Amino acid sequence: MTAIVRMITIRLALGLVTLWIVSVVIFISVEFLPGDLAEAVLGQSATEATLQAYRDRLGLERPPLERYLVWLSGAWRGDFGVSLVNGQPISDLIAVRLGNTLFLAAMAAMIAIPLALGLGILAALYRNSWFDKTISVSTLSAISFPEFFVAYILVLLFAINVNLFPALANIGIGTPFGERVYNSVLPALTLTLVITAHMMRMTRAAIINLLARPYIEMARLKGASPSRVILHHALPNAVAPIVNVIALNLGYLITGVVIVEVVFVYPGLGQLLVDSVTRRDVPVVQAACLIFAATFILLNLIADVVAVLSDPRLLHPK
Amino acid sequence: MTTKSETMRLLRSAPPTAVFGLLVIALYVAVAMFAPIIAPYGEAEIVGGRHEVWSDEHAFGTDQLGRDMLSRLIYGARNTIGIAFLTTLLAFLIGTALGLLAATLGRWADQLISRVVDVVIAIPALIFALLLLTIFGTSLTALVLVIAVLDSARVFRVARSVAMGIVTLDFVEAARLRGEGLVWIVKDEILPNAAPPLVAEFGLRFCFVFLSISALSFLGLGIQPPLADWGSMVRENATLITFGDITPLLPATAIALLTVSVNFVVDWMLHKSSGLKE
Repeated sequence: MTAIVRMITIRLALGLVTLWIVSVVIFISVEFLPGDLAEAVLGQSATEATLQAYRDRLGLERPPLERYLVWLSGAWRGDFGVSLVNGQPISDLIAVRLGNTLFLAAMAAMIAIPLALGLGILAALYRNSWFDKTISVSTLSAISFPEFFVAYILVLLFAINVNLFPALANIGIGTPFGERVYNSVLPALTLTLVITAHMMRMTRAAIINLLARPYIEMARLKGASPSRVILHHALPNAVAPIVNVIALNLGYLITGVVIVEVVFVYPGLGQLLVDSVTRRDVPVVQAACLIFAATFILLNLIADVVAVLSDPRLLHPK
Repeated sequence: MTTKSETMRLLRSAPPTAVFGLLVIALYVAVAMFAPIIAPYGEAEIVGGRHEVWSDEHAFGTDQLGRDMLSRLIYGARNTIGIAFLTTLLAFLIGTALGLLAATLGRWADQLISRVVDVVIAIPALIFALLLLTIFGTSLTALVLVIAVLDSARVFRVARSVAMGIVTLDFVEAARLRGEGLVWIVKDEILPNAAPPLVAEFGLRFCFVFLSISALSFLGLGIQPPLADWGSMVRENATLITFGDITPLLPATAIALLTVSVNFVVDWMLHKSSGLKE
């Protein structure tokens, strides 16, 4: 037990260190702006006086280290400063949108994970059959599709040809839960299709990798049925790689969500990020990047910990 | 060296998906190379009204400015694939060079490069690219450099792990004892043996880069007008979909078909080199 606690503590500390370095990277990259933030926002035509006033307001004259510490301690308390475009507090902009994005990601994950595991196990069970080959070709294709391609196909099929679901995700603060789910069906389905393919392929590969082991051969030789060999002998040992696969793909949702939110005009963090990049609203971009990166690091951390928990051998690396 | 008949035998042993992939890739390359000859109109030439329907004059209609859609698609092959290929090549030059160096030098050099790469990989690629493009602006040079550098971190990992297995082999040791320099060891001893897995990786990375650039273009932050580019074309004409017009799906299909084909070929190559039976 103590070994496990120690392992989790170490991983958590490592995760925090990574997050800290990432925050430094996100902060420092803005220092590479040609000129400075004031010139970037106000443009070439701004007079020296306006530039100076702007710099004073944002405290750009202070040394970078001091600004970094102010920014970091603010971010730690959830205060990212104000948007350069409309002067609103960034935390207000982000709070609602982050909730929307998490809602969308959770919806996609809830459909994708059971679907991918089920199909992956079936494909491993009936490997090299027509079923496996069809699944293999179609998932390989699905992985290669850009997210917006999948999204527009779904829009065409389910919103235009058959008017089942709305093509635009119209979601506000007061939208009731049922309507929220209904309006998010197409974006969630797009994300599902994109990540299911990956997850399923990796699940299949993880199980098939184990099938060459001696204990599997032993199980076969003593007359266990193929489904028993896979479900009772291979699957428990495949938990670590499969959990890894799930966490990796949930991490992939982060990238997918940006595109999908733009296609469906879904009011989430991804769309805010893209809008802010277009308007060069640097503080908002930094805040959104930090949140996305933190989520990504957290998911990888969970994958690591669960993998070790499911396979005690990993507690004692050689 | 493979002779002509060996190449033919290799092709005949390929599964139908790989043959399909090779044919599509060849077609795309041909279209990209001969774009000005094939395209009925110029790349940025305004030849009709806005959003005209499909007709004999304009096979796929016209876009939001009245430019011929088919011609834009053909020129798009040249721009989109060309830029993605250049970016992948750059990512490979950086990534492979650093990866082989790290594996050969070991110790602090390896530690230093590997930890920097860890940090780059800890941030999702698209998010990092968006941050960097905010700072460096959305010029073509910035786009190519940003994506190439971010992707080279992923190439580095593969190149390093492949080279790690080779560095410990006897012939590298022999070269070291002979007193060969670092450049010789990396270029003449390690690189030739690391090449086959790296070629398959090149295909995968190309798909990834191609999709990233298309995604950024779709978001309006990648390849900028008036260059014809598939990602931007989807975005510019997306409103047509709400009227049940499939024209905006054409450039998206062009992207999807190429990445599927490259993946089919890479899958076959990986399968062959790993010698997997299952």
